[in-house]
Order: sequence, then C-alpha cells, then structure tokens
Amino acid sequence: MTSCGYCALFLVLVLVLVLVVLGAVNSVPMAIEIDIAHVARLARLGIPEEELAAYGEQLEVILEHAAAVQGADTEGVKPTAHPLGITNAFRQDEVRPSLDRAAVLEQGPDTTDEYFRVPPAMETE
Amino acid sequence: MSAADLSIAEAQAQLASGALSSVELTEAVLARASMTEAQLHSFLHIDHAGARAAAEAADSKIADGTGGSLAGIPIALKDNMVTEGIETTCSSKILSGWVPPYDGALSQAMKAADAVMVGKTNLDEFAMGSSTENSAFGTSRNPWDTDRVPGGSSGGSAVAVTIGSALGSFGSDTGGSIRQPASLCGIVGMKPTYGLVSRFGLIAFASSLDQIGPFSRTVQDSVSLLEAAAGPDKMDATSYKGAYPNFGGSLGKGVSGLRIGVVKEFGGEGQEAGVTARFDATVAALEAAGAEVLEVSLPHAKYSVSTYYLIAPAECSANLARFDGVRYGLRVDGETVEDMMRKTRAEGFGPEVTRRILLGTYALSAGYYDAFYGQARRLRTLVIRDFATAYETCDVLVSPTSPTTAFKIGERSQDPLAMYLSDIYTIPSNLAGHPAISVPVGSDDLGLPVGFQIMAPALGEEMMYQVADAVETLMGRSPMPVLSEVAS
Repeated sequence: MTSCGYCALFLVLVLVLVLVVLGAVNSVPMAIEIDIAHVARLARLGIPEEELAAYGEQLEVILEHAAAVQGADTEGVKPTAHPLGITNAFRQDEVRPSLDRAAVLEQGPDTTDEYFRVPPAMETE
Repeated sequence: MSAADLSIAEAQAQLASGALSSVELTEAVLARASMTEAQLHSFLHIDHAGARAAAEAADSKIADGTGGSLAGIPIALKDNMVTEGIETTCSSKILSGWVPPYDGALSQAMKAADAVMVGKTNLDEFAMGSSTENSAFGTSRNPWDTDRVPGGSSGGSAVAVTIGSALGSFGSDTGGSIRQPASLCGIVGMKPTYGLVSRFGLIAFASSLDQIGPFSRTVQDSVSLLEAAAGPDKMDATSYKGAYPNFGGSLGKGVSGLRIGVVKEFGGEGQEAGVTARFDATVAALEAAGAEVLEVSLPHAKYSVSTYYLIAPAECSANLARFDGVRYGLRVDGETVEDMMRKTRAEGFGPEVTRRILLGTYALSAGYYDAFYGQARRLRTLVIRDFATAYETCDVLVSPTSPTTAFKIGERSQDPLAMYLSDIYTIPSNLAGHPAISVPVGSDDLGLPVGFQIMAPALGEEMMYQVADAVETLMGRSPMPVLSEVAS
C-alpha cells in the first residue's frame, strides 16, 4: 500500500471514531460538569474568584433540569429558529441620515471628537 | 372617583365630549403616581414636564379633530424600550445614565398616536426574572399586598396600570413577562403573535422570543393599545409583513359554538387550589355560555421550561455582548481593552443576568452546542407541532396564566429554578410565536388576583380577543385596589 493509501485509511478510522463519539453524546444524558472559570472567560465576565463556585453550582442545578431535553425523541426533526418561518426580509437600499455623531459620542464613557477611546488591545511591557 | 380610575375607552369618551381634558387626566395620573410611588415603585423615571407638554399638545389636536388613536391618553413604557432624550436603563447598572439619541419603534408609534408618555417603568434587569426583584434599582410591589411581588419582568408596567398611574402601558414578553405580572396584579396583559409589534428599539434579550404587548384594565383597551403599536417596520427584519388581524373585529360576539381546549398536561403539582378554583369556575362559565370545552394534549409541553432556559440564555449571551464599556453606559477601567470589558461586565450586570450569560455561553460552547442548544431548537419544532395538532380540534386553548398567585418578596429569589417554574404555562406560546392573553377572573382566599390565559394560533388575535372579552363579561371586570390601604 502506498503512503497515501495509509493516510486515507487513517482518516477513515478517525472519521468513524468521531462519529461514534458524537453518536454517544447525542444519545446518553451527560453528567453536568462545568469549568465555570473557562465559561466566565469566554463570556468576558471578570467574576471575583470567591463568587465563581456558587455560580458553577447554580448552573449545574439548572442544567440538570434543562438536560431533560435530551430525553425527547427528536430524530429527523428540523430545528426552529424563527417561529413563523419568515426567511429573507428585503427592503429598498435607501440612503438615510445616520444618528448624529456628536449625540452618539456624548453617551460614550471615553471619547475624542470623532472616536470612542479604549485601553490598549495588547498588554504593554 | 378620579379620572385616573377611568378605562381608556371611558377617558376617550370624556375627552371627545369635552367633559375632560388631557391636561386634567394627565394631572390626575401624575397625582396618583406621586401618592403611591414611594410604596409601590412602579417607575424608574417619571417625565412630568414631557407628559404635561404632550397633554397640552394632545388637547389642541383633540379640539381641532386631528388627534391620533390614543390622543391624550397617559401611558407608560417598560424601561427596556428606547426613548429619545429620556434615560433608558433596563434596570441595569451597566446602562445607568444612558440617554438614547433616538426613539424606538414603540415610542415613535405612541407619539404618532398622540399618547401622553408618563414615564419608564421598572423591570427585572434586562427583562430577566418573574418578580422585578432582579432590578438594580429596587423591587416594585404588588398593590394588592405590598409584601408580595407584582410579577415580572414587566412588573412596573403592570403596577402602574393597576393603580392608575397610567391608563395603559407596554411591556415585553419573552417567556411570560407581560401575562404573568398581569395575572398577579389583576389586569389584562397580552403578548401578540411574534413579529406584529416592531422590536426596533426594544433592547434585545432573546430575539426569537421577545415581543412587545399591552397592559390595560379592560379587553377593549388592550385592543386599542395593540392597534396603535402593531404594524410592519422595515427597521425590524423579523417584523410581520403580511395581512394583520382585525384585533377587535369579534368583540361582543360571545363564545357560543366555539371549541375551547383545556390543556391536560397543565394544572398538576405546584398549582395552587385557589388558582384551580377560579380557573374551573371560568371554564364552567364559558361552557354555560355555549362554548364546547374539550381536553387536549400538548405532549411536549413538559419540555418547555427546559427548552426555554436553553434558548433564551443562549440568545441573551450573544445579545448582551454589546455591553462592553465602549459606546455607552458604565466603564470600569482596566489595563487592556479586554481587562476593561471583563471588569465592566462583572461590575455592571447583576447576579441573574450574569447567571444567564454564563448559562447561554456554556450551552453554545464547543462540545455542548448540539446536546443543549441544538436539541432545544428541535424541541421548539415539536412544541409548534403539538399546538398545530391541538388547533385541529380547538379554536383556542385555555389555562391558568400562572400556577400561583403573587408570592412573597424574597420567597424565590435565592432559588433560580423555582423562579423559572413561574413561567410554566406562558412559555409554550413564546416558543411557538403565538398570541396569548391573561384576563383577571377573580381572586383567591387571600384576595390575590388570579389570571386566565387564552392562547390562539399565529395571527389568531381576533378570536383570542373574542374569548377574552367573553371571559371579562362573564367573570366581571377586576376592581381597583383600595388606595387608602396602598398609600398608608
């Protein structure tokens, strides 16, 4: 067998493994374990260390209740995003005035004449 | 009797005949608010000067016959609706002090109707809650018992109308946030079909569920308020562009021959006996009035609360990403922009909003997306199919609005899951995008109001209002709370 053939075989095996794992996730109710610090990081919430554990426990209780959804048979059911099934909404591309820049900037916490000002995006040495 | 006790229809008759001016009516409403606010806290902001100016303008228009459909009528808006020049906070520290430079669609519609905007009402922070206890600016109180919650999240809008600090008001309903407080306060609260009222300028919580609707003391007034608010809007891509129902077209026609379905999965454990008693009495009255009452099944209703508490937090975690300390509201300084955002959001959001952002972020995160959010969206389809099957044999469905009457302040605030279960009967209509209304049908042994919910298929508002009107006629209009007891 050529090296390319080994590659293809390997990829097929990986694919089968992934499908098996995904299938297991779909059919077995999962035990709820939350890395709450990771979730808070994803959500850009700088929650104090001492409050994090309590949020984690509350989320586990709520998610154990919510995990009931995994008991429903939804084989072949399409998901709903819009309740009335409205798809594309078009309107004329008309030029219209935008909000007054000065009025908008007035509400910002830190602004210059033309821009919102924020701290540096990268840490400085 | 004060003019503040009038229904909108009664006030309109007096305004038209010249027996009452909008200035007099508005002063009566403002006086009622100043008498009761310290106790009830329904408003975050009362716009005395703006209301008086709008009332004077409305009086001139009424005099020369050019007034809009709500000319001179004092109304209140939930403080998650954007109002130009008037602070809009969503009851959150993160938006404290924000004065919007534009009007949302509802504020525009109320100005076009020549209504008098009295003020902005209290809510659970970002409309997340069932009691107003999650407001960063204090809890509103139920006028029937001030130790109890008014319901939520649109609790302030419900209290204002109950007490006469406005003749009508608007709230938003994502999982029951109009109907549940209407039920707990003994007034009429209605959620329209998804898309009938523009969401432009409604600060988003869960976009596929949020819908604006009216609070009123009568069913007729609910129709008048909805007529002024509903309509297509190019600023809202999810706005409904087809033919709109004739909302009040069948008022007064009664229920003879209508098929009314009682949902058999509702009414189990957790429903109070006083609620069951009023519900059963109302169904019996409808049957005696000629309706055919059937038992129907919504087999997936048992998954509704779980489905909702995956979809709503998922959408909220995305929608509330915009509150980052850059363009408006609070900023807490940080070393880097991300540090600033993390500190601002931790400081600005209260515990329930934080909890839901975390919940939604988790449900959408890699590895859990399909098992939670994906499954919830498929269940939503099954809930819609359940309704479709039920409406093959019924014209409308009915249930209690809430399994309990008003609960004590503090009773559920430490148990998020118990609070979430307040919405068990209201959530299915949000998942399906269908209209539903709560109408008062008397009170329990403690004198606390009980609400009766009527659900209809998408765009079925005309028949929903027909049944609501019949219920109001059969069971009687809810009285107003005794003010001396409230103000004491």
